[in-house]
Amino acid sequence: MLYTAYGQEMALFNTLTKKVMVGLLLVLAAVAPLGLVDKDLKLLATACVTAIGAIGLGLVTGYAGQVSLGHAFFLAVGAYTAAVISGNPEGRTLGFGVQEILIWLPAAGIVAGLAGVIVAPLATRLRGLYLAIVTLGLVFIGEYVLREWSEVTGGTGIGRPAPTPALFGQRLDVATPIFDGYVLTRDQRLYWLMLILLVIFALAARNIARSRVGRAFTSIRDRDIAAGVMGVNLARYKTIAFAVSSFYAGCAGALLYVSVGFFVPDSFNLEMSVLFIAMVLIGGAGSISGAILGAFFFTYLPTLTRQIPSDVISGAATDTPNIFQLQLVLYGALIIGFLLFEPRGLFGLWIRVRNFWKAWPFKY
Amino acid sequence: MTEIVQILSRGLGIGSMYALLALGFVIIYKSTRVISFAQPAFMLAGAVLVTYLVGPLGFFVALPLAMLGTAMLGWGVERAAIRPMVGRPAFTVAIITLGIDVIIRVVAGAAIGINLRQVGDPWGLKSTTLFGIEVQQRHLAMIVTMTILVAILFAFFQFTTMGLAMRAAAYDQEAALAQGVSVGGVFSLSWAIAGALAAVGGTFAAIGGSVESTLWIIALVALPVIILGGLDSLPGAVIGGLLVGVVQEVIAFYQQSLPEWLGGNVSILTPYLLMLIVLLVRPYGLFGTREVERV
Repeated sequence: MLYTAYGQEMALFNTLTKKVMVGLLLVLAAVAPLGLVDKDLKLLATACVTAIGAIGLGLVTGYAGQVSLGHAFFLAVGAYTAAVISGNPEGRTLGFGVQEILIWLPAAGIVAGLAGVIVAPLATRLRGLYLAIVTLGLVFIGEYVLREWSEVTGGTGIGRPAPTPALFGQRLDVATPIFDGYVLTRDQRLYWLMLILLVIFALAARNIARSRVGRAFTSIRDRDIAAGVMGVNLARYKTIAFAVSSFYAGCAGALLYVSVGFFVPDSFNLEMSVLFIAMVLIGGAGSISGAILGAFFFTYLPTLTRQIPSDVISGAATDTPNIFQLQLVLYGALIIGFLLFEPRGLFGLWIRVRNFWKAWPFKY
Repeated sequence: MTEIVQILSRGLGIGSMYALLALGFVIIYKSTRVISFAQPAFMLAGAVLVTYLVGPLGFFVALPLAMLGTAMLGWGVERAAIRPMVGRPAFTVAIITLGIDVIIRVVAGAAIGINLRQVGDPWGLKSTTLFGIEVQQRHLAMIVTMTILVAILFAFFQFTTMGLAMRAAAYDQEAALAQGVSVGGVFSLSWAIAGALAAVGGTFAAIGGSVESTLWIIALVALPVIILGGLDSLPGAVIGGLLVGVVQEVIAFYQQSLPEWLGGNVSILTPYLLMLIVLLVRPYGLFGTREVERV
């Protein structure tokens, strides 16, 4: 892409085609619930929430270049903050009974963001792989705390109810009749909620990325010493990167289990962190749309592998080889394959396709 | 006194295992500047291989053969997936090793099957009396094995041509290449050595129990160990490993007297907490070299 003006490079959508395509995609996403069954909507809603988390990791790892393997920890902080605020005060686990989403969602983000600020001093002292391993330690410490603090988490393997979303006193997770006996199902309403939130979070992230802060992030990623010499306050911007990323993670964590309605502390483990890293890298590091693509891709991967007929590979967990093993192997192979052959990820594939058709029928 | 010696033997035994795993990480890091997250998988693969070989061959033949097998595996992985990535950012390569780890772990886990598989070692949970104090044989075996392997490694790096080549490549790849060192060969060899060490670590981790697919989690303790000792320091890996092992056992011994709210198993956290504390004071670990950066 050749930019001829600074404003063009900094624009939210730099070409008309992009504007139209994004508009069309949004319209399609908005009307999707009218034509899809609840099961598909549930998956789509989960993908939207996962995308929020992936965007957050994309900001700190893809844009600011600070490798974090501790994303699951921040998701956990957000999830439990929200669950405690909205939980049933008379329930088995700690809860304050405030179901208003306008309260628990920002609270989850802010508490997770604060956790990010606490971790940030490590990031300002450490670089690269040292930081990756320290943030990995964070996941283990978090796992231990969650396992022991059963008053909040409900304990290993038992878990607690997810936060209940209510907007201005109206529950968003119950089916409501609108007119003429047409009923909006629970999953339709939740899908719209998640979609709207994803759009808000994605736009916010895109705006951070193209602002002064975002440019500071990319300069730190490309060469932190050079950035520091040019006057970018490294400690400050690394802290901001971690805070924003953790805020996103906290919000995603709070929303992740809303449609399932229940979650256990065991889910916030190293695998979750790695999955998010994979989403960012395979989607395409350093781009918001890449992170969203990656999140959708990995949310759908289990569903796709489940389509394989059972006479090709067994669906029972007791057999070997079974579909779950295949799924994991595929996951590993995808990570290796993409990094070897298309380091720009899905986003890079899209660029290849686009460039091919741009010059078609000529080679280049 | 009895208790102190018992704690020390336990700590040093487990620490030796961490040290072996950590040495693998450090050797790979020194030659390729990449942290291999595939070590846990090699560890599991090695232990599983031992369980298959021990039946017909006996433990002391099975272990070296499993080391050889895992070394071949490491060599193959390096050739297939790591070599094409030379020159790419270290983090990207580290993520590739994560992918490799997932695949090998699934395959090794599938090879375990549903039956109990044991490494069939001669020590088990038996204990022996040393200067009038009862210590477990397996811990002594771990310490002795680690010492022997470290001595072999030291001799290899110090006195052989290939060892010299590896030291040269770790110091400066381009200069080594100019002097005729096959840097690619050094990469492969370092992965092979790391694989063999991981196999030993995995086998010893499974002594006194059975090989399960969750065994790999132990290898993740080696990560704080290498950070503690410094990513590029071989003595650091050994000292860090022993230190973590001993501290972990000391805390495990005294954790009943710790406050209730800490929970009953705080000793499993010690490696990570120790790492955080050391890093806040010394960002390059205890023995790591401070990087000099140029713009």
